[in-house]
Amino acid sequence: MKETEIQDELASIRSLMERSSKFISLSGLSGILAGVYALIGSAIAFVLLGYDRADFYTKVLDYSENDTYFVVSPPANNLLIAIAAAVLIASVLTGIILSVRKAKRKGQSIWNKTSRELLFHMAVPLVAGGLLIIIFIARGYYGVVAPVSLIFYGLSLVAAGNFTFSGIKSLGLCEIILGLIAALFPGYGLYFWAFGFGILHIIYGSVMYLKYDR
Amino acid sequence: MKIPFDKLDKAFENRLRLQIMSVLVANQRYDFNSLKELLGVTDGNLASHLKGLEKEEYILVNKSFLGRKPNTNYEATAKGKKAFADHLDALEQLIKSSKS
Repeated sequence: MKETEIQDELASIRSLMERSSKFISLSGLSGILAGVYALIGSAIAFVLLGYDRADFYTKVLDYSENDTYFVVSPPANNLLIAIAAAVLIASVLTGIILSVRKAKRKGQSIWNKTSRELLFHMAVPLVAGGLLIIIFIARGYYGVVAPVSLIFYGLSLVAAGNFTFSGIKSLGLCEIILGLIAALFPGYGLYFWAFGFGILHIIYGSVMYLKYDR
Repeated sequence: MKIPFDKLDKAFENRLRLQIMSVLVANQRYDFNSLKELLGVTDGNLASHLKGLEKEEYILVNKSFLGRKPNTNYEATAKGKKAFADHLDALEQLIKSSKS
C-alpha cells in the first residue's frame, strides 16, 4: 500500500463519517435570504402599524393597571399574522430550493436518513411552539408571540445542530437568549423579532456561506 | 525502516468493509437501504461484506418490520469499534513511518 493510497483511504473514511451523520447540503445563502425576508416583513409591519399605531401597539401590550398586557387585539393583527406566515413560507421554500441545488451540485441525495432525522428533530419543537402560539393568539395573548416563537425556533435549531453544521447550534442558543430577553421586555416584540429572525440569520448565513459554500 | 503492516486488520482489507464500518462507527445504527444508497453499491456486494463483518463480530444485525417491509439495521459492536480505531491507528503509523 502506498502512502497516497492510505491517505485516500483516510479521506474517504472521513468524508463517509461526515456524510453519513451530517446533513451538509444546507446553504448559507438561504440563511441570508431568510434574514432579508424577515427584515422586509418587519418593515412592512412597522409601516402598516404606523408610528402612532406602533406606539399604541407597544403601549397596550405593556403591563398596565387594567391588565391589558395579554388581551390586545388591534385590527392590524390579522395582517401581522399574514406577513409572518408569508415570511415563513418564503424562507422555507428558499431553504429547500437552495439545499436541493447544493445537493445536486455535489451529487448527493437530499432525502436520506440524515435529512429525515434532521427534519424530525427540528419539527418537534417547531410544531409544539407553533401550536402553543396559535392557542395563545386564539385567546388574545398576542404579546407572547415574539418571545415564544424565538425560543421554540432556537430550540429546534439546537436540536438540528446534531445533524448538520454545528454552527447552527450557536444560532439556536442566540435565538433562545433573545427570546428570553424579549419576554422580559413586553411590547418590543417586533424589534426582537426583526433582530432574531432578520439580523441573526443574515450574520449566521454570511458566516456559513464564507466557511462552506465558496 | 520497519513498516507495521501486520497491525492492519485483515477484516478491513476490503475497502467497502472499511467504509461500512466507518458509517456504523459514526452513527448509532444504519439500515441496509440507506447504506446501499450512501455507498453506491449493489445489494449482493453489500450483503456479502456485511456478512463478513458479522462473522468477525464487528457488527450486530437487527431485523425488524416497518409495516410489511423488512427493515434490517446494523450497529457496530464494542469489538468492532476497537478494531476500527486500531486499524486507523495502524494506517496513521504507516503514513508517519513512510514520511520519516
